[in-house]
Amino acid sequence: MSSRGQIGALTAPRRVVGRGTRREWLVILKRATRSRRGAVGLSLAGFVVLLALIGPLIAPHSPTAPVTLFPFSKPTSAASLGSDVLGRDVLSRVLDGGAVLLGIAAAATAIGVAAGVILGIAAAYYGRWTDGIIMRTVDVFLAFPQLVFALLLVSVVGPKLWLIMVAVGISHAPQVARVIRSVALDVCERDYVKAVELMDTPARKVMFGEILPNLSSVVMVELGLRFTTSIVIIAGLSFLGLGIQPPAANWGLMINENRIGLGVNPWAVVVPASLIALLTIGLNTYTDAIARASLGVDRPAEEMVVATGIILDRSA
Amino acid sequence: MSDTEQATKNGEQPQPPALGPHKLLTVDGLRVVVAGSKTDVVDDVSFTVTAGEVLGLVGESGSGKTTVALALMGYARRGLAIDGGSVKLEGDEVIGRSRGELRSVRGASIAYVAQDPTSALNPALKVGTQLREIFAAHPRCGQDKSDVNERIGELLAEVRLDGVGSALESYPHQLSGGQQQRVMLAMAFACQPKLILLDEPTTGLDVTTQRHVLDAIRGLCRIYHVGAVYVSHDLAVVADMANTVGVMYAGRLVELGPAARVFRAPGHPYTRGLLRAIPDPTRAHVLEGMEGQPPRPGSRPRGCFFAARCEFSRERCTVGFPPRYEIEGADRWARCLRADEVSRLPPLGELPLRHHAPPSESGQPLLKIESLDATYGDKEVLHQVSLTVAPRRCIAVVGESGAGKTTLARCIVGLHTSWAGKIEFDGIALARDRRHRDRNVMSSLQYVFQSPYTSLNPRKTVGRLIEQPLQQLFKVPAAERRDRVVAALRDAALSEDYLTRYPDQLSGGERQRVAIARALVVEPKVLVCDEVTSALDVSVQAAIVELLHRLKLERRLTLVLITHNLALVRSLADDVVILRVGSVVEHGHEVLDHPSSEYALQLLADVPSLSLV
Amino acid sequence: MVVVRVVLGLLTLFAVSVVIFVATQALPGNAAYAVLGHSATPQRLHALEDQLHLNRSLPSQYGSWIGGVLGGNFGTSLANRESVSSLIGPRLVNSAVLVIGAGLVGTLFAGILGLIAAARRDGLFDHVASVIALTITALPEFVVAIALVIVFAVNLLHILPAVSTIPPGTSPLDDISALWLPIGTLSLVIAPYIFRMTRGAVIEALESDYVEMAELKGISRWRVLLVHALPNSLPPVIQVIGLNLLYLAGGIVVVEYVFNYPGIGAALVDAVSNRDIPTIQFIVLILAAFYVFVNITTDVIALMASPRRRARR
Repeated sequence: MSSRGQIGALTAPRRVVGRGTRREWLVILKRATRSRRGAVGLSLAGFVVLLALIGPLIAPHSPTAPVTLFPFSKPTSAASLGSDVLGRDVLSRVLDGGAVLLGIAAAATAIGVAAGVILGIAAAYYGRWTDGIIMRTVDVFLAFPQLVFALLLVSVVGPKLWLIMVAVGISHAPQVARVIRSVALDVCERDYVKAVELMDTPARKVMFGEILPNLSSVVMVELGLRFTTSIVIIAGLSFLGLGIQPPAANWGLMINENRIGLGVNPWAVVVPASLIALLTIGLNTYTDAIARASLGVDRPAEEMVVATGIILDRSA
Repeated sequence: MSDTEQATKNGEQPQPPALGPHKLLTVDGLRVVVAGSKTDVVDDVSFTVTAGEVLGLVGESGSGKTTVALALMGYARRGLAIDGGSVKLEGDEVIGRSRGELRSVRGASIAYVAQDPTSALNPALKVGTQLREIFAAHPRCGQDKSDVNERIGELLAEVRLDGVGSALESYPHQLSGGQQQRVMLAMAFACQPKLILLDEPTTGLDVTTQRHVLDAIRGLCRIYHVGAVYVSHDLAVVADMANTVGVMYAGRLVELGPAARVFRAPGHPYTRGLLRAIPDPTRAHVLEGMEGQPPRPGSRPRGCFFAARCEFSRERCTVGFPPRYEIEGADRWARCLRADEVSRLPPLGELPLRHHAPPSESGQPLLKIESLDATYGDKEVLHQVSLTVAPRRCIAVVGESGAGKTTLARCIVGLHTSWAGKIEFDGIALARDRRHRDRNVMSSLQYVFQSPYTSLNPRKTVGRLIEQPLQQLFKVPAAERRDRVVAALRDAALSEDYLTRYPDQLSGGERQRVAIARALVVEPKVLVCDEVTSALDVSVQAAIVELLHRLKLERRLTLVLITHNLALVRSLADDVVILRVGSVVEHGHEVLDHPSSEYALQLLADVPSLSLV
Repeated sequence: MVVVRVVLGLLTLFAVSVVIFVATQALPGNAAYAVLGHSATPQRLHALEDQLHLNRSLPSQYGSWIGGVLGGNFGTSLANRESVSSLIGPRLVNSAVLVIGAGLVGTLFAGILGLIAAARRDGLFDHVASVIALTITALPEFVVAIALVIVFAVNLLHILPAVSTIPPGTSPLDDISALWLPIGTLSLVIAPYIFRMTRGAVIEALESDYVEMAELKGISRWRVLLVHALPNSLPPVIQVIGLNLLYLAGGIVVVEYVFNYPGIGAALVDAVSNRDIPTIQFIVLILAAFYVFVNITTDVIALMASPRRRARR
């Protein structure tokens, strides 16, 4: 360990925290939200999420019925963003186009991170054979870019929503497992884990009672990144026409189907694209704030570099 | 004995003798702060070093000694900044020079030897490259030798690396710790500097290698007639190496004077406290630790920083930081209002000797190990180790790093499972793996880990940590658990308030007590202590050692003490086992007094001791 | 140890082929029915089943597929009735141009910026560059592509073509203007990551004890940066470059589609829409083989670059 770590120990004020410290993840979240990056990120993402959730309720027109006869007509008072390729109201489609996307992305993220965490901790704790098998399997699935994997499954079963959710979820697990395993390996070697093993504690309790709580910051960062990736992939699939199917409104789909009218009514493309951009940028920024907020939390900086080094890993 | 209490004003130094050896380094009022703030880390540090003199700078972790040493080169680590004062090398000011000027001074006029050569040497570059680049960076160095290669050859001979085949062509990781440190020495003396700064250069080296490196340093200092500042927390080593000693506490220099006199009759209560806390390898005496901790930067009080922990403190000590008071002459002073008084007290007075009784003839050993062979991976770590541990005695397992002491300890408790042979506890043969052992056996054999910073789960409260073994092993109901936890805390000299605190709110000494309490709560018969004081400061070590001794008596415990510190062994252990590269060299009650093996003789000769001062 | 890695890589590839096979032909339900969908008449079903050998047992199906692959026969495209290899072969070259081009541009550009940012840490350049990197890295490829199209092709400037139609039979290098936007998009996609990792690796090296020691020996700043810090930052950076080539492999799917670029990414999208299973199998296998190859190469290079690891093995 570098002898320079002493400066931090010298000058860092000792945190005087009461009972709350046990909820380490809460402390980190609060700190992240209060930081400048965190506040900006959360606002951007929050705005888009809110829009997506409330949108369907406040849309002025039906997202699927044509408003005017002319596709790509300019914005008017009736249709403030103009019309799209089939003459439908862009505004209504925009308001309607986020909820399903977010819902599936959230579900896929939950599946992927849960599976990855379990696999990662198990691989780190049990070691040897279990580790070998899990990691070799993980390596095999890592060979598929995430989008390609989803396409593979879609090609056989078809673009069904549940399939997309499962496919994207499964494709997250290897990445998450790798990161979690790497950090968990360190924790498993710590004396406090060995001390608890000496008390004849069953493996399950050691993994989830001793090791997992010390991984909270890594898990949160992974949740943030995987959520962003889920959104990117699912929107991408929809963009290719192989995701959420028309005629339902969907931001990814809208960007693609309205491309030809870019020169006439760009809003049909620009607005959904901007919303996706704001969402992903906001989420990424907030996740970055979380990563920074975890740095001082009795975790050496090296671990976070390892974690953050692989975290931005998303193949689409 | 003149001893006039001379109150000096505002850091004005007592005048050095008008004539005398040439003052190489003059430090006056050195001040280092946290970058971007006014919070001082080190302040009001003043001392001088003459050519050929070694000044030892001692202090515990956080005292600021390394910060001072680095500041002598005008260097401050990230997050710190030099805020004031003067450092003059042969009359030339170092502070405030430009980067380019400083660069020409560093490595040439002033050289630094880092604490850990493994991390201070670049793993990607060959040793030869790292040596040669000094000459490239300082073209004027090595002026009187026409050939750089010749000079390098000379240097290697001086540090005794010339025998090591192609040391220059090796990468650092291919050399041993001692060899790496010699490379650092060669780099330091390459340009025949005027001043050498040595930052705990023997930390992590085993006793015999340490002896060799210290000899090398002494030799080099003599050859080149350099002045040296030797930073260390190990008073015994400093006593060995230094002519003058400066004691640092919480960023202030609190005592300065000739080493022999300071160690024989310390003038500052802190120095005195340190001497009373350090175990002596030549005689066993009770140790006295210092409660509390030094104040951190930003939370330092108005008066004397040590007053809160000091047995000599008075009201007037809290008014302002004491100025320098001379003791028996201008070359020695201490910043204490009662310095004169303190220096007249024998430092180890009233510390009774400890007598270790010889083993009783009868009685079955509590722990019996027969022909133990242990492996780590495919390497054999323990070879045919046999020993017995008598009940209610403390046996020390001593050896250098790599001797297999920790492996032995882990085999005993069942953490390390690849071993063959027999381990019997109370007559019952123990299974290799802790999972196959009876719960009562597991609770009777408890383990305390080396570092209290990693042996307590940071997410759990102290109360939860201590009750865990009760819950896991015996399913004790909640009410009874609490009572037993509080009792264990009390035994470890901690109050009930600690129940709801988290480890990161505690100091190192407090954490180790919690770890001990956790081991005690299941009422064990044997406590295996694995280097339990190595991660702690000297003043805290003493308290833990005395705690263990008291527990041995009160709770009728048997202690198995794993350590590399021979002085500690002298103080605490009744019986001694010496391990060397996995085999038992010697064991018994009288090993330290009457060693019979050459290895033990060598070890005892190489251990630095204060009592030789 | 190189041999070990190659063998492991081949085993991985073998396992990957099994996964591809299982996904496309072993799922419950008749694969032929899934392919034909609504247009399934009994005759067509039988014909397709025969063609896909669905009557035979799974392992033997796999065997004949793999046997074909190893022999260079990748089957017949269901959409075009031509051999898959002749259809996809030329496209491979096109995609390779994109990947290599974007890889070079992105890596050089971002690597140098990362080095500068680390050397002048916390300065204005560092802050601005880091924020920009954080922003761009969050965006999906199609958003970046669309943004570039809007800026350079359609709405703001009109200097580059919005699509990159390359006539079959010609090389993409014949008309560079068609390459700008696709390569530009892909470079932007990977650049931020390379920037952050390079910056991180160099900073870590600069904060090490051996760099401090070098400074205390009076070594000049340039030498410290280039001779002491850089060699130690290389292994992680090389790993990162490897990972980025893999993103590119996935990124070309969307980018080629957007720009109508005749590469294997666009072909994959078509194949999925048409349920052209042999083509899909072939393209995915190629991408996976690319992954394995890059992995082995970066591992070996990183091993070579670090004397310590080399010595241990």
